[in-house]
Amino acid sequence: MKQALVLGIVAAVAWLPAAAQTADPTAAEFDKFRAIMEQDNPAELFEVKGEELWRARRGPKNASLEQCDLGLGAGVVKGAYAQMPRYFADADRVMDVEARIVHCMMTLQGFKYEELAKQPFSNETRTPEPVSLVTYVAAQSRGMKLASPQNHPKERDAYETGKAIFHYRAGAFDFSCASCHGVDDKRIRTQPLPNFTKPEQAILAVRGWPGYRMTGGLMHTLQWRLNDCYRQQRFPEPGYVSETLSALLTYVTVNANGQVYRGPGIKR
Amino acid sequence: MADPMKIRATVQGDVADVRVLMAHPMETGQRKDAAGKIVPLHFIQTITAQLNGKTVFNADVSQAVSRNPVFAFKVKGAKAGDKLSITWQDNKGDKRADEVVIGAGS
Amino acid sequence: MHDTRRTVLKGVWAIGALASAVAAGLLSPGRVFAAWNKSAFEAKSTIDAMKSLGFGNAEDSKAIEIRAPDIAENGAVVPIDITSAIPGTTSISVFIEKNPFPYTGTFDVSQGALPYVHLRVKIGESSQVRVVVAAGGKHYMAAKEVKVTIGGCGG
Repeated sequence: MKQALVLGIVAAVAWLPAAAQTADPTAAEFDKFRAIMEQDNPAELFEVKGEELWRARRGPKNASLEQCDLGLGAGVVKGAYAQMPRYFADADRVMDVEARIVHCMMTLQGFKYEELAKQPFSNETRTPEPVSLVTYVAAQSRGMKLASPQNHPKERDAYETGKAIFHYRAGAFDFSCASCHGVDDKRIRTQPLPNFTKPEQAILAVRGWPGYRMTGGLMHTLQWRLNDCYRQQRFPEPGYVSETLSALLTYVTVNANGQVYRGPGIKR
Repeated sequence: MADPMKIRATVQGDVADVRVLMAHPMETGQRKDAAGKIVPLHFIQTITAQLNGKTVFNADVSQAVSRNPVFAFKVKGAKAGDKLSITWQDNKGDKRADEVVIGAGS
Repeated sequence: MHDTRRTVLKGVWAIGALASAVAAGLLSPGRVFAAWNKSAFEAKSTIDAMKSLGFGNAEDSKAIEIRAPDIAENGAVVPIDITSAIPGTTSISVFIEKNPFPYTGTFDVSQGALPYVHLRVKIGESSQVRVVVAAGGKHYMAAKEVKVTIGGCGG
């Protein structure tokens, strides 16, 4: 009965179009051309921009981000994304890549959270700096195996919290993430909905993000994607780079650990 | 000042495989912005590629080309170390030129 | 293709202007086409655009390979790969029949490029993608249908 409710609603969540878990010929066709498109991906333009921003002296403190510690030591960018989200002692919390970059922009460069949270998502006139920075950092983990750590108690806690949030039904539609992404073989129109509770499909939550979205030609990160999922479920808006979203990202990333991250992707 | 292109050029035998990614909105003049106003026509019209200073490929295109265009073409008589430059010009007269050194193919 | 349409295309003949301009050396060095062809780019039908370009006599050819998705995931970015096996290919032109302005561009491969191009285009609704190749002063064409759908909700 809940199944009928899910299928009947048009504005359901689609986290990401992905390789079909069944042999859906339309999805297979999309994947074939998606691979061609990813060879020359406009996301690379944002990667280049992100690297410039990483090195540029900016903000009230007129400092660059080159001393930012992404978990592997100050300034070490290569491979850092593949090991996130992770716990950071200086913030005493688990952070995903965007939360960490925002943290560094605040502590090293002097930016304020309110400024960065005001309009954090790309639109036709502007791509916010954290989006390009996330694209640059993520690209430096291209081809590496995901290894989001579960060593620190807060990392394990974030996983369990994320799992609980993923399955928590709320909002006007009585949806949870699991309504669309917790069962096999769900689909919205031409896009299959992967089951993120299973490792071999959880990779599809991470792979391809941050992603250049063909619709509108916009660069988007997982912070955007999660915000949009919440909107589609008619949930209250989640806090930008909040612990809630880091927990959700910990849950799906840890589920996908061991699998290869292919770098920024291209999305519908 | 227009944003830089990303050019990849590698040679297989004596043919250079060239792939270019351009940063450009390619507005069709039919799209409305968030406020409901038409966004004016703004798109790349001409593209020229030169191998060591000599034109080897050129194109005239329309606003139907996708935003942040990607093109690929193949140039004869190229070798690793040659210079490949690409220039584009748009309907507002804005231009951009970028150059790469052709790399050896795998 | 309908017979009547094919007849119309065969009957249209636009020579002269382009050929004599080339002969008179009026075109700038390095470019086969003088200026961005406004009348072709503003034509509202493929037939009119082809007329403006002097492609009226194009004949069907199986030697033009058009690789594009049967169904495009997103009409805003449709990848098209074109290879011409016609000897002496000098240019490749693309038309998207159902677009408001079908003529999408011409790629001049006569000065040292192979008869190949990859481009990504906007297709407004399911449409034939028509390619016209110029070779040895004659014109050849082929077409491929690309369907455009409404996809899912995001991702």
